[in-house]
Amino acid sequence: MKGFVLLSVIKMLVVFTVIMVGVALLTLMERKVSAWMQNRRGPNRVGWAGLLQPAADGVKNILKEETFPGLANRWLFLLAPALSFIPALLLFAVIPFGAPLPVDFDFTLGPLGRFVHHGPMPLVVADLPIGFLFVLAISSMGVYGIALAGWSSNSKYALLGGLRASAQMVSYEVPMGLSLIPVLLLSGNVSLSSIIHDQQIGLWYVLPLFLSFFIFLVSGFAETNRLPFDLPEAESELIAGYHTEYSAMKFSFFFIAEYSNVVTVCAMVTTLFFGGWDIPGTHWDETGGVLQSIATSGFFFVKVMFWVFFVMWIRWTLPRFRYDQLMALGWKVLLPLALAYIMVICVAIYAVDRFTGITDPVLKSLSLFGLNIVIAVLVFGLLDRGVFVRGSARQRRPLEAQARRAEVTT
Amino acid sequence: MAIGVKVLKRPERQVSYVRATLKGMALTFKHMFEKKVTMQYPEEKSTDSEHGGGRWSISPRWRGTHRMLTDEQGRSKCVACGLCPQVCPANCIKLVPGEDEQGNRYPLIYEIDEFRCVFCGYCQEVCPEEAIHVGVHYENSEYSRDRFVYDLERLCAQTHPVSTLWDPSDPAGE
Repeated sequence: MKGFVLLSVIKMLVVFTVIMVGVALLTLMERKVSAWMQNRRGPNRVGWAGLLQPAADGVKNILKEETFPGLANRWLFLLAPALSFIPALLLFAVIPFGAPLPVDFDFTLGPLGRFVHHGPMPLVVADLPIGFLFVLAISSMGVYGIALAGWSSNSKYALLGGLRASAQMVSYEVPMGLSLIPVLLLSGNVSLSSIIHDQQIGLWYVLPLFLSFFIFLVSGFAETNRLPFDLPEAESELIAGYHTEYSAMKFSFFFIAEYSNVVTVCAMVTTLFFGGWDIPGTHWDETGGVLQSIATSGFFFVKVMFWVFFVMWIRWTLPRFRYDQLMALGWKVLLPLALAYIMVICVAIYAVDRFTGITDPVLKSLSLFGLNIVIAVLVFGLLDRGVFVRGSARQRRPLEAQARRAEVTT
Repeated sequence: MAIGVKVLKRPERQVSYVRATLKGMALTFKHMFEKKVTMQYPEEKSTDSEHGGGRWSISPRWRGTHRMLTDEQGRSKCVACGLCPQVCPANCIKLVPGEDEQGNRYPLIYEIDEFRCVFCGYCQEVCPEEAIHVGVHYENSEYSRDRFVYDLERLCAQTHPVSTLWDPSDPAGE
């Protein structure tokens, strides 16, 4: 028991450190990527190629003055950054980041007693049996921080940002949760470790559950308030949205929370749809070992980094949505799509199990993949004509009809 | 009355969001590998051709801080005629004329307040002796505000090139 506690503490420290350092470096990466996409060079003055830029930013943020708006609700104003920061860091506790590491030790440490651990140690802080339900539950806590920040600042911009954030995050939670039901149906389990195990013996879930992946990705963008859904902090409209009134380290906390949310969503996409720490094409990584742990952790890192890059890539590709478009996309497109997809996948899994008698997980996944090609063609070929984002052509018709009616009556 | 919405006449075929997104992503990805356009400022400057390989050049219309040209003996060319303080729209030139034994006029005090100056370049245009010039120069930082009042000695000590926007042999600009 003491061995388990010791290992958990070590894992917590490691994950916490990696996340904090990683988030700091992500700010640099974001600035570099955005610079490159605009034919600029990005920060390159502090340290080699600008690598010490996050440190410089951090020092600046610590030394800056903490300001309080005159009529702000002081306690909520202080509480809000913490409320958005803590869930963001909590989320990473359940994400497995490597193959189990064999750890054997047995020693006595003075008055603390005897520490014993034998056998493989799963590379995850807490391998909760409720898996992604924990992620969904905790990630929705983040909205409190943002809404409180917007409300307690006593500023119209911050309030609007907070309002937008709460509506947006509550709306997109629904398709996000529903898009994970097919994963649950296919794996029969919500534990992330067992989902990864299922993907190792079968195919990565992005193939049999492509539409789920798409909906999850889009809702993930909306949940983390990244472009094209960054309405809560839309600079050109709301100055900085909910954190307009924040300065120094409190502002930094919002920033860290946002980036660690991005990392979490990317890690979730990787875990749920891209095999987690699985190295494709091999079965070597499924047996535990030190080398396997290192290799799989590296592979997990590469996959997550790709998705983080993808998030930044999208940021510099798409313009911000209009608010009504955002809501229409969430409620009128993604939600029905997710619901319909659950129905289709239910029927398909039942049919495959009942009528074809395929038991090999790879073949089962492949047959679902075939179905998904058809669905993808239907969705992206037919539905994507001004439905994902309502084009003006569709708005024109009712407007014209209205004008004609008006003419008739006059 | 309903709120007026400007409706763009966009054909419905072109509003496919996923395809447009993929196209845009290809474009932004391509840009990552293109030549960077950033000027690495303190190392590369638009006023020198040595660094930056002449990629950056300051506009010929640029009018920067002043420079007083000097004759062979190192004295300023200024004859204290008083035309530049007269023409200066910002009233930033302070001139007190003096006269030596031979009756040559020279400036006793000649000061330009670069904070007041609007860099119109009239002083250069009006100067009959081609003494005061606006410079091709933009690095003017100082530690105190009073350092921005350039006196005669300082104006003469400047070495930066001067504006050639106005050609004294062609005063009408023809």
